[in-house]
Amino acid sequence: MPVNPQKNSPRSKSDKLVRWSFLATTTLPFLIVVVVIIVLIIKTLPILQYQSIWQLLTGRSWHPTKGEFGFYPFITGTFWVTFVAMILAVPPCLLTAIYLVEYAHASTRAFMKPLLDLLSGIPSVVYGVWGMIAIVPWVQKVIAPFFNKWLGFIPFFAVNNPTGFSILSGSIVLAVMVVPLIIAVSYEVMHAVPDGLREASMAIGATKWQTIRKCVIPKALPGIIAATVLGFSRAFGETMAVLMVVGNVPKVPGSIFDPAYPLTALIANNYGEMLSIPLYDAALLGAALVLLLIVLVFNVLSALVLIHIVGRPAR
Amino acid sequence: MRKFLNNKGFARIFHFRIQRWYFKPQHISEGILKIMMIASFIIVAGSLGLILYTVILKGLPSLNIAMITQIPKGGYYLGKEGGILNAILGSLYLATGGTLIALIISIPIALYLEIYAGHTFWSDLIRLSLDVMWGIPSIVYGAFGFTIMIALGMRASLLAGILVLSLLELPIMTRAIDEVMRLIPVELEQASFAVGANRFETATKVVIRQVLPGLVTAILLAFGRGIGDAASVLFTAGYTDRIPTSILEPVASLPLAVFFQLSTPYPEVQNRAYASALILTIIILIISLLSRWISGKLSKNVIK
Repeated sequence: MPVNPQKNSPRSKSDKLVRWSFLATTTLPFLIVVVVIIVLIIKTLPILQYQSIWQLLTGRSWHPTKGEFGFYPFITGTFWVTFVAMILAVPPCLLTAIYLVEYAHASTRAFMKPLLDLLSGIPSVVYGVWGMIAIVPWVQKVIAPFFNKWLGFIPFFAVNNPTGFSILSGSIVLAVMVVPLIIAVSYEVMHAVPDGLREASMAIGATKWQTIRKCVIPKALPGIIAATVLGFSRAFGETMAVLMVVGNVPKVPGSIFDPAYPLTALIANNYGEMLSIPLYDAALLGAALVLLLIVLVFNVLSALVLIHIVGRPAR
Repeated sequence: MRKFLNNKGFARIFHFRIQRWYFKPQHISEGILKIMMIASFIIVAGSLGLILYTVILKGLPSLNIAMITQIPKGGYYLGKEGGILNAILGSLYLATGGTLIALIISIPIALYLEIYAGHTFWSDLIRLSLDVMWGIPSIVYGAFGFTIMIALGMRASLLAGILVLSLLELPIMTRAIDEVMRLIPVELEQASFAVGANRFETATKVVIRQVLPGLVTAILLAFGRGIGDAASVLFTAGYTDRIPTSILEPVASLPLAVFFQLSTPYPEVQNRAYASALILTIIILIISLLSRWISGKLSKNVIK
């Protein structure tokens, strides 16, 4: 054993002390996640004793005063809004990311970076205001009549709701909100593909697009999927912007022009005034728990994939 | 057509020339895809412009000096006199407090992950927890905070709002600091160790200075997120027309001011909501520009 002559010097002691206090601080994020989950589970238990998980998740009627708690309309509402948002957001995001990585000028990239930072910094309530001013009337006056005329026979596009407050409006707002995240992550992932692969492909005569399609995209695919999942979970938990444009009617939606009532909006609208009704707060915290667990699974999966590819979870 | 497009700015901006060989069959898909990419790029860049345009167009007419210098007077929510100084100051209080707490916690975490832990299972677990924390919707933090407040018998207050916001900002700040710390050359740390500094001295005298520009960016990023978040302070900070004098009083915030004014049926009040949204956007713009400017200034001292 080599003897460290400075082992008991004050400097060495302070280093040790700092080390342990830093370590204690480092456990905080992990503890917080665990505590949040445990508190939500404990608070949800009363309603699980009252009805089974299955009843809670698939019940269609929501009448807290009568003691009926069914999350089904809210869960489907959340998924509809999020899925339509992803369908709208992912293709342009990927094309933009490919463009930025493979084709764009350095100056275009330099211009795009602060723009994306800014776009991701805008508060959700401002997106909500934008949605109410611009998107809701647009959907009501332009999109809905157009679909009603040409595609109204498909139930998915049927227009039964004269207001513009609909799944589609919520999805458009959400799509714009997740754009910066998806572009940033997929840019990073495609940027990490080694240049040697591209050069080898070009050297045997492939065009640039063939190189992208056959080399870059397959190599970056898990990362692109992770970027999409990350965007999905971000959209899934968004509250204010969606709440303001989606209509908030607790019914199972059947078309993208129907109003919906996402889980987040349910909590935001009712929490705080639920204390007088028995089990109401347990039901709402149950909603928060469902939200948390779904987002947790998505986040962990995408983080694991990204650690594997980029060497660290990208943001 | 081809000549026209190639001569004008289009080619220069998008680095895209329409060439004769694009019309060979094997290159058609490339041309189509490239046009689609440029179209997506324009859509994405245009949507930011559209948001700013809409908010400015709607907000500017109702924006006046009384909005930012007065608190709401009697009948404000019916369209009478007053302003939203309470919400502006409230948001600044909330975000400042949250950012300070998050900063105090996140610097040790980032330093530990970078200097002490190395690449171990533990550091991966903490980074994963931070990512999970980042992903937790702010409404869940709000509901969680409110549950804890009820259990402790607290009422909605500035303190509770600050604590919940610090939960929200902690992962953003820590990950941002962590990212810049990774970019420090290993040689710099090794040089510090070689002259006899221990890890704590290296952390405080070398690493922190080196990441100062990134640190400022991280602080402002978290601050901006804190100012803009509504769902987490909805139940925890409450809402009031007064400016709080102690941290145990409820406090107003800008996003909620926008939200509440928008849900009244009076057009005058709704117009003020648009003006409040404009104020919020301007604050975010200022923060964004400030962080670029400061990090540019500070990066002069960084050893590359």
